[in-house]
Amino acid sequence: MKSVTRSDIVQVKCKINGKEYTGVAEPRLLLVHFIRDELNLTGTHIGCDTGHCGACTIFMNGKTVKSCMVLAIQAQGADITTVEGLADGDKLHPIQEAFWENHGLQCGYCTPGMLISGLYLLQRNPDPTEDEIRRGIEGNLCRCTGYVNIVKSIKAAAKKMQSEGGKSAQQM
Amino acid sequence: MGQPLKRKEDLRLVTGLGKFVDDVKLPGLAYASILRSPYANARIKKVDVSKAVVLLGVICALTGEEVAKLTDPFLQISPAPANKVKDYCLAVEKVHFVGEPVVAVVAETRGIAEDALELVNVEYEPLDHVLDARSALNPDATLVHEQVGSNLVFHGTWNYGDIEGALKEADKIVRAKLHFHRFSSTPIENNGVVVNYDRATGFLNIYCNNQMPMFCIPWLSFGLKFPSNRMRMITGDIGGGFGTKIISYPYIALICLLSMKAKRPVKWTEDRREHMFANHGNERSFDVEVPVKKDGTILGFKVDAYDDCGAYTRYEPAGATIWAQVSPGVYHFSNLKVDFFQVMTNKAPVGPNRGYSRMQHLWMIERSVDIVARELGLDPSEVRLKNYVRSDEMPYVTPSGGIYDGGNYAESLRKAMRLIDYDGLREEQERARKQGKMIGIGIATAVDSGTNNFGQVKILTDDNPFSGNSEAARVSIDGLGQFQVGLGTVPQGQGHETFAAQIVADEFGVSPDQIAVLMGFDSAINPYSHQSGSYASRSAVMGTGALLGASKKLKEKVSRIGAHLMKTKAEDIELKDGNAVDKVSGKKIPLRQIANVAWVNNLLLPEGMEPGLVATHYWKPNFTLPDKKWRLNQTLTYSYQTHIAAIELDPETGKFRILRYVIVDDCGRQINPMLVEGQVHGAAAHGIGAAMFENFEYDENGQLKSNTFIDYLVPSAIDMPHLITGHLVTPSLFAPMGIRGVGEGGGTPLGAISNAVEDALAPFGIEISDSHQNPQHIHKLIRDKVSKSKREN
Repeated sequence: MKSVTRSDIVQVKCKINGKEYTGVAEPRLLLVHFIRDELNLTGTHIGCDTGHCGACTIFMNGKTVKSCMVLAIQAQGADITTVEGLADGDKLHPIQEAFWENHGLQCGYCTPGMLISGLYLLQRNPDPTEDEIRRGIEGNLCRCTGYVNIVKSIKAAAKKMQSEGGKSAQQM
Repeated sequence: MGQPLKRKEDLRLVTGLGKFVDDVKLPGLAYASILRSPYANARIKKVDVSKAVVLLGVICALTGEEVAKLTDPFLQISPAPANKVKDYCLAVEKVHFVGEPVVAVVAETRGIAEDALELVNVEYEPLDHVLDARSALNPDATLVHEQVGSNLVFHGTWNYGDIEGALKEADKIVRAKLHFHRFSSTPIENNGVVVNYDRATGFLNIYCNNQMPMFCIPWLSFGLKFPSNRMRMITGDIGGGFGTKIISYPYIALICLLSMKAKRPVKWTEDRREHMFANHGNERSFDVEVPVKKDGTILGFKVDAYDDCGAYTRYEPAGATIWAQVSPGVYHFSNLKVDFFQVMTNKAPVGPNRGYSRMQHLWMIERSVDIVARELGLDPSEVRLKNYVRSDEMPYVTPSGGIYDGGNYAESLRKAMRLIDYDGLREEQERARKQGKMIGIGIATAVDSGTNNFGQVKILTDDNPFSGNSEAARVSIDGLGQFQVGLGTVPQGQGHETFAAQIVADEFGVSPDQIAVLMGFDSAINPYSHQSGSYASRSAVMGTGALLGASKKLKEKVSRIGAHLMKTKAEDIELKDGNAVDKVSGKKIPLRQIANVAWVNNLLLPEGMEPGLVATHYWKPNFTLPDKKWRLNQTLTYSYQTHIAAIELDPETGKFRILRYVIVDDCGRQINPMLVEGQVHGAAAHGIGAAMFENFEYDENGQLKSNTFIDYLVPSAIDMPHLITGHLVTPSLFAPMGIRGVGEGGGTPLGAISNAVEDALAPFGIEISDSHQNPQHIHKLIRDKVSKSKREN
């Protein structure tokens, strides 16, 4: 195998959490590595490299993707939201508050992906049943909580978001 | 205390600001990648890294041959001759399991390091391998480590009471052959190590996610031949550990060597496949004989146990033998004989994993109790109620010297039966069977022991240099009256910052918000003992002991200064709402004024008093060494849980789903009920996952078949049932404040689910002998049974 040379390196521009970023990436570089290592946004995590654990879930152009399943160069021009972009300054997003209040996390490693998938579900279905919540986060694995308090947190987030008129459910 | 306080840790974790090891970035950081063995057993004939090291961007490579020159083999804690195992951070001369590290490369990027591995040429001579503990004991078996002369790591006999007498006295002897499968808690964050060898100071600065970093120090220091006083261990947030991050010292040693060789800080982040190849829980098989009376009274247990620890011993056999913490489970019998064999095979080495070694033993007991019930035609709840240790027998001394520190097992079962509507379920089961539907109900009660006594390792060899347990805490008030707490306990999601703040706030009469608790662990900053860490459900108990000790020392000093300033007696001082109050006169002065005097206004201190407000305390429980019959109290606390699972099984496919799942736990007084509940849920999820989905399966060539999350199935939210929980609170008779360790859960779901599956299959008369309930396997059992009865008819 031939190692990548400088000439193969591509400049990638994208918007993350409302801010324009420019970085360089080898064509083979995964988006998650680009976000973590090139742009230093380390809130997005890596747990499996095969698209199963969901720790790297982000919003890309309004939809959730597992950023270990996307190449950095595919994010050229994309509009991305990561966990760092959920809060509005010091004000936590209702889903972040709900996870905190309902002990929806222990080690916190799967949490960034879980928050994003939970929020995506609530954008499409503002008042999900327990079963719908479980299906909504099926692609995100957690080894600490047994999901009980995650389900509870997403339910609580739904209530919070409804009471503030769905403002925080707008497209990410 | 006792409040469901929101966790201090969570704000950073929900905003993406957690500090995990893979987030560590240092100037000049280089990246390591590891080439691993494709063979279960092979001689390494030649290693050629010449093409790899000339690849653009590669800094250096390291081979086993170099490692053997640079380091000593890691310490072994097995008795002779198994202590002749030579364990290095890279394979030397031979590989012993698929996935064993063989060569490491450091490069400017992880990608280049991985490219370089493809240019490494290793020639192997494949050898025969051995994959099963029992056949590994055959005299002509292939040897995993030839210099040991056998695959046996340890054989010990625990023999109490008169089991032969009990077997004679019995109305019936119930026999079973059982197998506990290989799995692991597989935290979502894999192992990671970043080492910066600082040539200016001669320090190895080690960032890692090891759960017991200071316990690793002897392994690292003797192995690397590097002075321990120049090794700094640092952890941050840890993305789940569950025991699997305890034996990562070979990786830490490897990255230390690479940083020294590369003269650069080096990062290694394990990928998921690497994790699956080298982090397993103990596999064990049992031959069981249970002498019983007709009325269901269990007279004893006679057990031969064969534990498969894989290719290296690491923390074994110290780990495997801790089953004896809970030797009779929750049952009252005094005749117990366990012949315990631990054996090496050409599979991945094992290590601690939530419920470590006790869950294998407890599953064997819980499975056997149900077989007893079935063979005697009794309800499993009846047999349990008849045999449980009673609450009026507490503290109860087990045959192996464990001292159960309170509890009411019968009440926990009754409560669980009420919560799940046991009688209603039995009726439903009856109706369902008439319609050809298969409902099964399974009960298990397990002891969830916590705070281990390392004195148990003296059973293996007298000169194993550790015993007891200890933990450290430091409480300080700075010159502005602000509190800071440092602990040795290396958390991985258990909320130590929160509970430590709760404990100290209560002691000083201030709010938990006023207490800053250091996150993670840093041996240059945090207080520690070499037994510090998060393992064996010990942190709440050990941390509390140390925090209370440090708080007491500091309170005494605060009171003495306060008394001096108010011209009263120290014993009349009470700390309340941030003030030192003289109970006699009602006069008060704020803590911050006392702090000011203690530090920078120190001419006002009582004469001869040392300035400063810092107290460190090292706490140890009252433990003893084993006696000649290996009896000792192996842990301080014995929480327990009863689980009941109701399932519906489809005989056409062997698949089943959980209809209802109930847990009743008792961990004594609860510091934070919200955290306790979270631990109970998590332990249940691990047990349910292990029972229904997770299995490390090897093929006949010793290749691990389930090596990613594609084939090693971790339960998702739709696989997990809703958990119905209830609590009992029986304060510990021995631990500080009556609290107990909680969190491992004793692997209780494995028993509840295998018992439920056998109960569902009762119309077929099928016995479940494995801890893993694989639908294909269940389907085969049904098919075999049906074709057998057709043949007989």
